[in-house]
Parts: sequence; structure tokens; C-alpha cells
Amino acid sequence: MAHSRFIKDAGLTARMTLVMFLLGALFVALVVGLMVFVGGDNPGIVILIGVAGIGVAFYQWWSSDKLAMKAMRAREVTPEEAPELHGMIDRLCALADMPKPRVGIADMDLPNAFATGRSPDRSVVCVTTGILQLLDAEELEAVLAHELSHVAHRDVLVMTLASSAGILAGMLTRGAQFGGLSRGRNSGGFPAVIIALVVSLVVYAVSFILLRLLSRYRELCADRSGAYLTMKPQALASALTKISGGAGAIPQKDLRANSAVNSLFIVPAVAGISMKTLTATHPSLEQRLEQLARIQAELSRPMG
Amino acid sequence: MRGRTKRVPNNLDALFLIPSAAITLQTAAGFTPTGQGAVCYRSAAGAAFAQTQDEMTSLIADDPEAPEVEVSRDDFGFTWLVVSGDPDNLADLCTDLHAVNTSLEAQGFDAGMLCSMVTFTAPGGRAVGLVYLYKSGTFYAFAPTGPHQRDNLTEISVRDHLAAELPMEPDLQKWLALWNAPGL
Repeated sequence: MAHSRFIKDAGLTARMTLVMFLLGALFVALVVGLMVFVGGDNPGIVILIGVAGIGVAFYQWWSSDKLAMKAMRAREVTPEEAPELHGMIDRLCALADMPKPRVGIADMDLPNAFATGRSPDRSVVCVTTGILQLLDAEELEAVLAHELSHVAHRDVLVMTLASSAGILAGMLTRGAQFGGLSRGRNSGGFPAVIIALVVSLVVYAVSFILLRLLSRYRELCADRSGAYLTMKPQALASALTKISGGAGAIPQKDLRANSAVNSLFIVPAVAGISMKTLTATHPSLEQRLEQLARIQAELSRPMG
Repeated sequence: MRGRTKRVPNNLDALFLIPSAAITLQTAAGFTPTGQGAVCYRSAAGAAFAQTQDEMTSLIADDPEAPEVEVSRDDFGFTWLVVSGDPDNLADLCTDLHAVNTSLEAQGFDAGMLCSMVTFTAPGGRAVGLVYLYKSGTFYAFAPTGPHQRDNLTEISVRDHLAAELPMEPDLQKWLALWNAPGL
């Protein structure tokens, strides 16, 4: 291979690694903090809650394919039932050199697609009937490539691991509320229950924000890999625009053609960090389109 | 995106093994080469790719023996560059296919390369494709019998005939169906 056009986005990787590191540190801090403050009195219950928390996370990851299929009321389809869809996924998997996931279709008007599963060998890619109607073949392929890159990058595993601190903190909050933690021997000072409650709540809040941040980075990553796989950033861009219903996108219509009243409504340009940008699981359409435009430029740059 | 963390070292020189494999197929199973071969890839948007593709087609067409070169698109949005040469001279055909593969690779478009295929005619008159999967660097046979039917037994017997000469793809899941591929 002389050189590849796939340029790694070092900034994105660095930010993602930092967030993952912070989540890991948070998890360790939570466990150590609880051992010091609460565990001294009654370590058994803390360990029990910890094991239960990890158990929940593990179960969610282990059966993620079945849980998600059930939640979306999706059914698995054979190559005979959906030849075009299977053909597309077959080729994308051959391009990416990855095992083929199972394919599901959900009867739903909402245009959506998701991929889940505990490993690339045991994963499922599912689309709704809404997205099949909305997108043309090229756009659908771009969306499938995006989902397949979630599978290849083991995003379900990453997000499950990342969320375990949050799940644990959430369960401890419950435990502390019911006073299950170290009831009885409180030798002066702050009651351990209050400390556990406060620590868990803080950890939960911080991990919530970090998780959403990580999720947005993973989405951007999947966009990148998907666009490089199909070599058509434009198709993914138009699919994203269609799915999001055009909100916040570059207008397709000439604004001058609109009625006089409409021109009075100007969407305010939102800048900086707002509550919405902090809690969104997906990056904004604008961000995603910008990234795709950069990839497009990179792909069309003539080389030697 | 790579489904595998470790990349299988790709060896395009395996394409040069096809002529001797063709002789084996002819003696063992009676397959005759049609002289047609094709490279299937994803064409990227933009000027760089168009330029590379033009260069490739003119490179092959400028050959004094002048095999026919044709570019077509399939229903899945993949491009097939079809080279029709002399059935008795597979070595030249494989050189052309190799040249297309290497120039795509050299221009950094290796991510979009799917496969290369050389077509044969089976004794019954049916077409069989010997496919080289670019990403895993392995071969398999594709023998379509109908719009969406393939002759698995022929495909497996081709694998067994050629196992000693070519790196055949062991994972049957990867034997990609190429319906409506040019030349089949």
C-alpha cells in the first residue's frame, strides 16, 4: 500500500481517549470513595450492590442484540425476504473485511437504523420500514456503513463499559435512599448514608455528561469510517439531512420565495455550550455535515 | 473501517497465479477461459478518482494488442472495469488486472476495492467466475445458475481443484454473491 486516503483524525481520537480515561477514573474514584467512607462499617452491602450493578451492565451488553430487537419490535429477515438489503450489507462487509451481521427490519414509520450486539460475530443491523421508504439506495448504503462501523468498533461494548460507573452510582443512590447502607453503627460525624448519596449523585451527574460526550464522539467516528467505506460522504450527508427532517440544515428552498410572514421568523444562531449540546447523544447535523465535507475534500484531492 | 484489527497482508501477485490455475481447471474440470476479466471497486466522488480511472483505461487501451476496456456500474453502486482480451493469453489479462489494482492502490483508493474476477465457461456452457477478494487476499469461485441461485457444488469443487495453487478463501460466509456481474 503506497498511501491511504484514510487520514486518522488525531484530535477526535485524543478527545475520545480523554473522555474514556475520565470515565474510568470516575469509576475508580467511586469505588475507592465508597470503600473508605462506607465500606469501613459494612463492606458486604457495598460489594453486593457493586456486583449487582456490574451484573446489570453485563446482562445489557450480553443480550444487547435480543433486547434491542425486542424493544424495536424488529424481526430478522433472510436474504430471500430482503435481497437488496442483504446484498448491500454483503458487499460492505466484504469491503470492510468483517463478519456479516444478522439483518432485521422493524415495522415503524420513524426513519431509523441501529446496530447492536455483544461482538462483531454476534451482532444485528436493523432498519425501520420508514427509513427504507425515505432513502434511496445510495443513502441507505451510507447509513448501513455507518451502522456497520459501530459494529466493527465494538461500540456497544465501549458504551456499556463506559456507563458502568453511572449504573453503579445510580444503584447506590437507590440503596442509600432506602437506608440499606450501613444502618446502625454511625459513630458521630456525617452519617455514611448521606455521604454515599451525595457521592453517588455527583458521580452519576458527571458520568451522564461524559457518557453523552463519548456517544457524540463515537457517532462522529462512525460517520467518518462509514463515509470512507462507501467513498461517498455526499450520500451520508443527504441521508442525515433527510432523516433529521431538514431541521437546522442548509435550506433547500430559496428563502425569498417564502411568504412575507415567514421571513420574520429567523432561527437564532445558537452558539457556545447549551443544555441541549451537553445532553445530546448525537452530534448536531451541522457538525456532522462539516466533517463529511472535509472527508469529501480529502477524497477528491489529486495525489502525485 | 476494518472489521479486523490486524490486516491480512495483501499480495496482489497472487493474480499472476491465475494462468496456471486456469490450466489446472481446464484439465481437471474442463473449464475454458473466456478471456474476460474485471475489477470491481467503489468509485469515489471527485476529480482525483475520475483522473485515476481515465489513466487506467487509457493505459490498458494503449496496449498494442488492444484488449477492449469497458466501465460499467452495477445496481449496488460499484464500478466494474471490464477487460476483454485473448482467451488463449490469460497472462496478459492478469497483467492488466494487476495494473488496475496497483494503480488504484497507489492512488490511495485501496479502501474501496472489492474484488477482481476472471471468467470461465463450464462444460455445460454456464459461466463461472474465479473471484479474488481484495481485502482478504483469497480466491473463491462464483457459479450463478439463475437470477438468485448459485451452484455451490461446482464452487466447492473448484476450491478443491485449486487449493494447492491458489490461496482459497476458507470462510464460506465470505463467498460473496455477485449477481449480474459483467461476463457472468
